[in-house]
Amino acid sequence: MLYDIFVDPFVQMYQMPDFFLQVLWEGFVAGILYALIALGFVLIFKASGVFNFAQGIMVVFAGLTLVGLHENGVPAFVALGLTIVVMGVLAYGIERVVMRPLVNQPDIILLMATIGLTYFLIGFGEFIFGGEPKRMIAEELWLPTGSTAFEFGERGLVILQHIDIAAAVIAIIMVAALGIFFNKTRIGRALRAVADDHQAALSVGISLNQIWAIVWFAAGLVALATGIMWGARSDVSFALEIVAFKALPVLILGGFTSIPGAIIGGLIIGFGEKIGELYWGGLVGGGIESWLAYIIALIFLLFRPQGLFGEKIIERV
Amino acid sequence: MKHLKTLALGTAVALGVSLGGVTPQVAQAEDANYVPLLTYRTGPFAGSGIHIANGMADYLHMLNERDGGIGGVKLAIEECETGYNAQKGVECYEATKGKNALVYNPYSTGITLQLIPKASVDKIPVLSMGYGLSAAADGNTFPWVFNVPDTYWDGASVVIKYIGQQEGGLENLKGKKIGYIFLDAGYGREPIPLLEQLAEKHGFELLKYAVPGKEMQNQSSQWLNVRRDRPDYMIMWGWGAMNPTAIKEAVKIRYPMDKFIGVWWSAGEDDAAAGGAQAKGYKALNFSGVGMDFPALQDIKKLVVDAGKSPTDVESMGGTLYNRGVLNSVIIAEGIRAAQEKTGKKVITGEDMRIGLESLNLDEARLAEIGLAGFAHPMKVTCEDHSGSHPVFIQEWDGEKFVKVTDWIEPMTDTVRPLLEAAAKEYAEKNAPWPERTEPCAN
Repeated sequence: MLYDIFVDPFVQMYQMPDFFLQVLWEGFVAGILYALIALGFVLIFKASGVFNFAQGIMVVFAGLTLVGLHENGVPAFVALGLTIVVMGVLAYGIERVVMRPLVNQPDIILLMATIGLTYFLIGFGEFIFGGEPKRMIAEELWLPTGSTAFEFGERGLVILQHIDIAAAVIAIIMVAALGIFFNKTRIGRALRAVADDHQAALSVGISLNQIWAIVWFAAGLVALATGIMWGARSDVSFALEIVAFKALPVLILGGFTSIPGAIIGGLIIGFGEKIGELYWGGLVGGGIESWLAYIIALIFLLFRPQGLFGEKIIERV
Repeated sequence: MKHLKTLALGTAVALGVSLGGVTPQVAQAEDANYVPLLTYRTGPFAGSGIHIANGMADYLHMLNERDGGIGGVKLAIEECETGYNAQKGVECYEATKGKNALVYNPYSTGITLQLIPKASVDKIPVLSMGYGLSAAADGNTFPWVFNVPDTYWDGASVVIKYIGQQEGGLENLKGKKIGYIFLDAGYGREPIPLLEQLAEKHGFELLKYAVPGKEMQNQSSQWLNVRRDRPDYMIMWGWGAMNPTAIKEAVKIRYPMDKFIGVWWSAGEDDAAAGGAQAKGYKALNFSGVGMDFPALQDIKKLVVDAGKSPTDVESMGGTLYNRGVLNSVIIAEGIRAAQEKTGKKVITGEDMRIGLESLNLDEARLAEIGLAGFAHPMKVTCEDHSGSHPVFIQEWDGEKFVKVTDWIEPMTDTVRPLLEAAAKEYAEKNAPWPERTEPCAN
């Protein structure tokens, strides 16, 4: 038993280096995708201090809008532009109808509002697009498809999917853009002020409504990118909404307010769950990755309760 | 515009469903035979469920339009949305059973397992066509449950038999590795006992890859395991979003698609198409016809779909899952017809329906008579055998459509039947006091 836990997995990694490399790559891609989803959560949390339960369905809604428009004859890039507009309208609507009436309400009320929003978007999405899964229009958006295989030795093989490479590149660009937005722009700084204290931000003339609309729009764009990438790997369907909650351990690990935390957390969870499942999962019959991510996050929390990059807030009474 | 029309109709049906209403075509009436349909047009399994729901509803509506119902009595058809959720399924059952429901088609093994104990109490049969509890084929233990034309154990035995044929005989399976990827739910776990028995008997190694419901679109770990284990064949028991994702992942790891075989619920055109050109060669079991070349289907098109009385997209008609839904309703309709003949009543009850289903004899002549010659293998139910263990065939994805590539293959009845009876006995013991069969055999 001790051999199986402490020796055999490393022997396997040594004996099948190509497979180990493939596992690392899959972990990297999974991590990037988790990080993309987590980014959406982080944006909303930074602005309103609330966990946006609706982020998963926003991913589905954005993906379905894009594909649905294209299915109705709208050219792919026009559909992409219109989808961005739709996410903007959605952000504005959420700010006006959901968030604005709840200014200064306890966080739990805002959380409940996002749960309500989730079910509204599920119903509305099914009303508009139907319940059937749809094929993501990756090729039409000039996203690379296919794969490149690196063969070495007799049976050595590492396969890289081009869409996964594109996902990594797009995620890096989005993270960089959001980092600049938050740290170098006036709106970004205002957004951080709003996150710290709604009333204080209002008292210095920051428009809470405008900030919230902007941040929900940014989260919508992240959701669209996630929907495209994840949809290209499987399909765009309402099942994706559940996948979005894979970001939860990422947030626990990386901190709810940190963009770098979402990325690093995503990668740790991605690598951790793939390596854990492939090399240690068999010891307990497999299928450990769905809970292993939480174990990894909880272990980190033992040492950093605020998450890797979260802000350490001490409230004095 | 057509798409919008379809959406609007779908919505109308969905609204009717969610509000517990009756679909507009047929008002519920005391002089009608009431058929509730537990369906799912929403949620993660809607991709499969919509086609089945459309096929089931359209055939019954067509009978109303063309023949004025069955035996001169209209059918009152009501859908109830379950979302493939056992709790919602039971809620649908409880909400509709009091309307003189004739039969329940849960379309979920999880819901079926919940309804089995209720069937004998409420005297309403459960028809789990090609799914559900395999042991329910034992009519002596489960007089109120029907799983014609086949159980999952029949299906699993056919796959192993087919693999044996490819390898030059079952004796050549010794030392082979056969992978089994499945939805980690009652449905996917159902055939495991039989596969384990067959693995022991024929000397192959069974490798199991569970896909949790929440991870249906995130299967890379399972398929990395497949790549490392290098099974000689892969069998899939998938549903909903699991199927297209699995086929895509199989393509991704370059698994030889001609050695990848799905159960009859992993046989949707959308599922295979998701894998693109490289999915060519993927195989799946089937027991219902594919295509529109059947007079009954043409009647559905003309009287229901083209007439704007259904949310069905005409393009999806003739697909594997749509036609499977049609076959399901053929069995319902023939059960009603048989019940009317046996009891002499026009408006029947669940108890009469049980007699009808137990007398089901859908032979070649009858299939031709109802405009479905060659649509399915002739099937017969007896009081002892509620499944019949009928032959199934294997179809292969040619890149655009499924093509039948084998003749009808008989399940390994000699192996399966004793195991089914033992499992039925075990179920009754575990659920003691399980009621003894008191219903007389009407045949």
